[in-house]
Amino acid sequence: MTIDLILFFGIAFIAVISAISMLVSRNAIYSALFLVLNFVAIASLYLLLNAAFIAMVQVTVYAGAIMVLFLFVIMLLGAEKVETSPSLPWQLPVAILLGLVLVAEFAYVLFGRVAQVGGELVGVGEGFGSPASVGRTLFDQYLIPFEVTSILLLVAMVGAIVLTRDDRKEDR
Amino acid sequence: MNVPTDYVLALSSILFVLGVLGVLVRRNAIVIFMSIELMLNSANLALIAFARAMAPAAEAQRGHVLVFFVIAVAAAEVAVGLALIVAIFRSKRSIDVDQVSSLRG
Repeated sequence: MTIDLILFFGIAFIAVISAISMLVSRNAIYSALFLVLNFVAIASLYLLLNAAFIAMVQVTVYAGAIMVLFLFVIMLLGAEKVETSPSLPWQLPVAILLGLVLVAEFAYVLFGRVAQVGGELVGVGEGFGSPASVGRTLFDQYLIPFEVTSILLLVAMVGAIVLTRDDRKEDR
Repeated sequence: MNVPTDYVLALSSILFVLGVLGVLVRRNAIVIFMSIELMLNSANLALIAFARAMAPAAEAQRGHVLVFFVIAVAAAEVAVGLALIVAIFRSKRSIDVDQVSSLRG
């Protein structure tokens, strides 16, 4: 049991527990905060997997920006507690059944050795996953997808503004 | 010296199943949306694990680039999705997905 494995199991435990807590907590604010904890745990897993740049992006973009947007919308709508309307009675059993089917499929793929991955891990080269080398890969080979992503973000920004604009002002 | 890829993939699939359960079980639209984010994150985790598995190769960092794009697209998706939820809340006064069952505004 090396130190890496102990770290991995600790972080994995935190990630799974925070994901379950996100699902079962009745208050949406608590769900969002548990999801932040989950994102930070996964970011530290990225560090463990030699992906330093992606870990930082995960913390700033996901745990920072996106979750602040979620919390802002929850508080704006006052929607932290949705009244529990009578749902379909068979919804929960069917959901659990479908989840178990998915677990069985994942277990078959992972342990049935349908797709063998990896094998012995070897050491990474110098600067693997650092901002400099990831940026070099990004701008050398993926420049056009990068520009397309910027247009996508622009379209998303315009779309969000158009969707939330108050139409009532124009009627007056 | 490092974490086997299979363990990370197992964790990734556990998180993905939890996200699927959240989408199927919860009725608060925002929590459903957060579960979708959880699923995106578990897929990202699998991608990073695969990138680590083929590490010494120069192409391995393409996995990191793909994760970068997924995060950027997820940010755009969250902006539009939350705007949709705000718009639905304005017309229905609720974000309970059971009550948003008619197409009329």
